Amino acid sequence: MAEGTPLLKVTIDNITVQVPAGTTILNAARKIGGDVAPPAMCYYSKLEGSGGKCRTCLVEVSKGSEKDPRPMPKLVASCRTTVMDGMEVKNITSSKVIDARQGVVEFLLINHPLDCPICDQAGECDLQDLSYSHGKEASRYEFEKRIFHKIDLGDKIQLHMTRCILCYRCVFAAEQLTEQREHGVLDRGEHAQIATYIEKNLQHDFIGNVIDVCPVGALTDKTFRFKNRVWFTKPVDAHRNCTKCCGEVRLWMRGDEVFRVTARRDEWGEVKEASNGKTGWICNECRFDKKQVNDWVIEGPTHINRHSVISQGHYETLQKPQEFLPDLMHREPRLIMDIHDVSEVNRTNIDLSEIKGPAHSTDFNK
Amino acid sequence: MSKKLLLEKAHVEGIRFYDVYRREGGYNSVEKTLKTLSPEAVVEEVKKSGLRGRGGAGFPTGMKWSFIAKPEGVPRHLVCNADESEPGTFKDRYLMEFLPHLLIEGLIVSSYALGSNDTYIYIRGEYAWIVDILEQAIEEAKANGWLGKNILGSSFNCNIHVQRGAGAYICGEETALIESLEGKRGNPRIKPPFPAIKGLWERPTVVNNVETLAAIVPIINMGGEEYAKIGVGRSTGTKLISACGNINKPGVYEIDMTISVEEFIYSEEYCGGIANGKKLKACIPGGSSVPILPANLLLKTAKGETRYMNYESLSDGGFATGSMMGSGGFIVLDEDQCVVKHTYTLARFYHHESCGQCSPCREGTIWLDKLLYKLEHGQGKLSDIDLLWDVQRRIEGNTICPLGDAAAWPVAAAIRHFRDEFEWHVNNPQESQIKNFGLAHYADAIQPITV
Ligand SMILES: Cc1cc2nc3c(=O)[nH]c(=O)nc-3n(C[C@H](O)[C@H](O)[C@H](O)COP(=O)(O)O)c2cc1C
Ligand code: SF4
Ligand code: SF4
Ligand code: FES
Repeated sequence: MAEGTPLLKVTIDNITVQVPAGTTILNAARKIGGDVAPPAMCYYSKLEGSGGKCRTCLVEVSKGSEKDPRPMPKLVASCRTTVMDGMEVKNITSSKVIDARQGVVEFLLINHPLDCPICDQAGECDLQDLSYSHGKEASRYEFEKRIFHKIDLGDKIQLHMTRCILCYRCVFAAEQLTEQREHGVLDRGEHAQIATYIEKNLQHDFIGNVIDVCPVGALTDKTFRFKNRVWFTKPVDAHRNCTKCCGEVRLWMRGDEVFRVTARRDEWGEVKEASNGKTGWICNECRFDKKQVNDWVIEGPTHINRHSVISQGHYETLQKPQEFLPDLMHREPRLIMDIHDVSEVNRTNIDLSEIKGPAHSTDFNK
Repeated sequence: MSKKLLLEKAHVEGIRFYDVYRREGGYNSVEKTLKTLSPEAVVEEVKKSGLRGRGGAGFPTGMKWSFIAKPEGVPRHLVCNADESEPGTFKDRYLMEFLPHLLIEGLIVSSYALGSNDTYIYIRGEYAWIVDILEQAIEEAKANGWLGKNILGSSFNCNIHVQRGAGAYICGEETALIESLEGKRGNPRIKPPFPAIKGLWERPTVVNNVETLAAIVPIINMGGEEYAKIGVGRSTGTKLISACGNINKPGVYEIDMTISVEEFIYSEEYCGGIANGKKLKACIPGGSSVPILPANLLLKTAKGETRYMNYESLSDGGFATGSMMGSGGFIVLDEDQCVVKHTYTLARFYHHESCGQCSPCREGTIWLDKLLYKLEHGQGKLSDIDLLWDVQRRIEGNTICPLGDAAAWPVAAAIRHFRDEFEWHVNNPQESQIKNFGLAHYADAIQPITV
């Protein structure tokens, strides 16, 4: 074994990995990847203190450790539970977990407006993915949903609180990326909301990152709002010399037009480290004000290997499930299936971003 | 007559004030501790006493104290949980109102044992007048040399600070309490780390209930072993019970945990029987969070044995046929009470008090509330009862703090034991609005039952 800290062995869904002490179950599972990684709606590895709240990442610990093999009495939040040597964890191989997760998804959706057709996040929304992989087809909730008014947090960011799942990520982001956090969670329980108390502009060079960390469409970019559906835009990696941030971004283009600028995200939907090893958060100037192609040096199309409907064929490397997974799960993994296998609309031979103007059925019947 | 350790002097005139309290033997335990015992020896006495936390969970106090981390150069804190907001629980209020010095005395000894130089009392905001009582008692204690620097010439320094809450039940949960004490939003923390390692301002902290800390005084005075002889099994010492509901004599009683539930409800010494000559229908024996029990299972366990007022006996049978000692909030329901309405009231409470941090509790408690509203108002369907069961099942155990469980358990128990009453509400929507379901087969309280 390598010198330094010894590695701990942990088995998740019958697959064993070795990880350094202090690693959470979730991060160990991400090392394995695919369906074995529990969905995480509130945890964000780059935001200290995040996690533990949404409860979608619950897993069953069927063996505590080599020393103390007793199973844990309750399901645990994998994002906040560290592994022990010899621990055995069941994620998708546990019916208890699947059941509890279904419950969590149902809870997250009972007050969600489900206005995906008019939501800018649609197509890259973690809640959509989650409902698709772990939810049920119908809701048993028959009461009126909770409604909040839309609020402008300055001229660049809009808060659509009704869609919020109170993951607290934007609060941690503002706390950790800016000198002075100007928004937070107000009120309790059902009335809890993200707010500025006295309606206030959020102004800080890095505040735009709250849009990227928001797993749903609660915080959206007003410079992009309603301009396009994400799956019609084509992600391209680009950079510029920026004095404030790393300047490494993702442009979302259609034709020669830059519709939106975001930070680069990794396969778990989190902001990626910059090439110089620094953080990948981008500044407001890069995000909101640099919308010309000639502002940027284009590196090439983004490699996306799994994220919703935007991972279309021409965006390369769609990773097919690892062979052993179906054997283990006794079913096809749903989350990482190729969307083109089931979708009538998304076909690999059609480049959606090449379609001029709104798409029509004729575009797909060619 | 039960032995009284805490409330023995509660009715001595002027006991609220220092002079009388001291004359009656008050602060002797501080003297004994500081002059003859090491901090470790105090912890040892508490361990021997078998004292279990009186805040609800019943965790052995001595053991909890021995877990506190002692890193070099880092201050430690003792925090007294006086947030008492659990519906049906009002014993800490009584203690603090009538015997403030007993709490202060217990706090000094406990602070010494834990090495806390700054000790906090976090008190429920609505207990505004008690803050004055406590602060006055602290002033008196300080003026007489029991608080401050070098207490009794030992090198031990201790100050007690009182902090008022702002009306949130969740701030009684120990980590939410700590957050609130730090001036933050009262959200429970995600554990680990536990407060014993990283609590108030990231320092090792112990949070204990008012009654737990008051009980330290008799433990030191009589010795842990003597204290452990009172009571039965792992239910040692005395327990305060705040009895309320349809009984003749609601109030706070000190019991030694050897008496039966039947005696507690019907004897003249305690509750004095059911008010207005009615019959007992059901009871929540330990504060609103614990499962409700129908009369037959309350007085006898499923095995047909007498049920006693102690930790083990009240939880005999698990949640299927038992309940919990909880915080000692004893709520009695007579034949005229509607369990559906009662459960709805509790659901409304938990809905209102959820901090909203984790999704199962934030969304689940709303759902329970709305479903129960429907059922109570004669608008429910039979499938709503199953849905109710399913919703509570998916909250329980999946949340950050036990408030989620506390919201789920009363609903689960109500359906488990009173399903016919829920169904009656569905099947008789109009009748259920003007009339009560009554006793049904719970009428014959003393019959042994088989499950
Ligand atoms: C929602 C909630 C509310 C609570 N409220 C109180 C309270 O008001 N008073 C209290 O002493 N303990 C309360 N507790 C229990 C505390 O978290 C903690 O267990 C207790 O203060 C420990 O003291 P003990 O060991 O002396 O019982 C509450 C727990 C929860 C989950
Ligand atoms: S606004 Fe978005 S990031 Fe902020 S708490 Fe809500 S869902 Fe999370
Ligand atoms: S269980 Fe309820 S009260 Fe406790 S942390 Fe979660 S939302 Fe807050
Ligand atoms: S990701 Fe673990 S609880 Fe939200």
